[in-house]
Amino acid sequence: MRISLRAVIRLCQVLVVLPLGSAAHAANSETDFKAAYAAADAAEREAGRLRNQWLATEAALTEAKKAAEKRDFDQAVAAAREAEALAKASIFQATNEKEAWKTLEIR
Amino acid sequence: MRFWLTTLAILWVAHPACAADGIDPAADARAFRNFFVQKFPNVKLEDFANGPYALNEDMRRQWEEKEQFPPYEFSLEMGKELFAKPFVNGKHYADCFPDRGIGVRQDYPQFDDKSGKVVTLELALNRCREANGERAITYTGDDMAALTAYMAFTSRGKPFNIKIPDDPRALEAYENGKRYFYTRRGQLNFSCATCHVQNPGERLRAEVLAPALGILNAMPIYRSEWGSMGTTSRRFTTCNSQVRGVPLEPQSDEYRDLEYFLSYVSNGLPISGPGSRP
Repeated sequence: MRISLRAVIRLCQVLVVLPLGSAAHAANSETDFKAAYAAADAAEREAGRLRNQWLATEAALTEAKKAAEKRDFDQAVAAAREAEALAKASIFQATNEKEAWKTLEIR
Repeated sequence: MRFWLTTLAILWVAHPACAADGIDPAADARAFRNFFVQKFPNVKLEDFANGPYALNEDMRRQWEEKEQFPPYEFSLEMGKELFAKPFVNGKHYADCFPDRGIGVRQDYPQFDDKSGKVVTLELALNRCREANGERAITYTGDDMAALTAYMAFTSRGKPFNIKIPDDPRALEAYENGKRYFYTRRGQLNFSCATCHVQNPGERLRAEVLAPALGILNAMPIYRSEWGSMGTTSRRFTTCNSQVRGVPLEPQSDEYRDLEYFLSYVSNGLPISGPGSRP
């Protein structure tokens, strides 16, 4: 049976990548979740200070917590990161609107 | 030179618009009214108090038929009873208001110079309760809707008469309300003005959007969508949710200031509440 060089290289690639993949999977630990959640929570608090929180952010934070309770840290980290992105968007909106609202004003 | 500088400084401070950083509610109200009158030249000014029914003939016909047996009638009766019911200490809501609370709705919100804040009718009702040893009732609930419905009914036809005293705090509250009205918020990036200035008369799903001019004159309202009566507080919080924003707490400073602004720019338009909407 002849095995081509290309097949050997592919096999080596798979063997090298597999452990890396599982390492990446393992990276989404409880610690990662806590860090991601803390970042999202801080951003959402800032949005709250600006009186401009979004429902989707709150939903993503809740989803992150629920996933963490089920010890699904991949999902928990993903949801927390989504929450952080949404919170940052709402902060941008509130900051931008400090002046932009005037463009809508009836004069 | 010093004389001229001093004179200029005095003129600058004395000019009312400059003293209040250019805040001019009367000019705003004129511009606001002109905008809607020009946008809808066939609508009579006082008819803006009827919201979408002023803009859509089909809806108006349905509304006129519904008014034969209006859906807010039960709430109105309930409000009359609640208003007349004495507190535990024997006093009544009537003891807290001028003219015993009859025909005064058009004067709210008011600016309270003691607290330096806006007092809405809903807030005044709860303050009355608390001053008489009663617990406050929820701002979005049926009892508050019923009480304000009754008070609005006793003011029907009376023009909004909102006053902004010569007090920088009152002007600031008005300006804050204006800013809130025009500020985009929520994940949908809508402001109040997006619907009620840019698109009144247009449909948003099944709803015909009401014009901002006169929009609070019909409050509180029975909404078929809700299947019940709703207060101004309920309307504001629901609007925020609809644009995917987290609503503020009812009767927060922002909502009170928003009500102050919206009521002031509708001065002169008659109270039409309680109202009904699809």
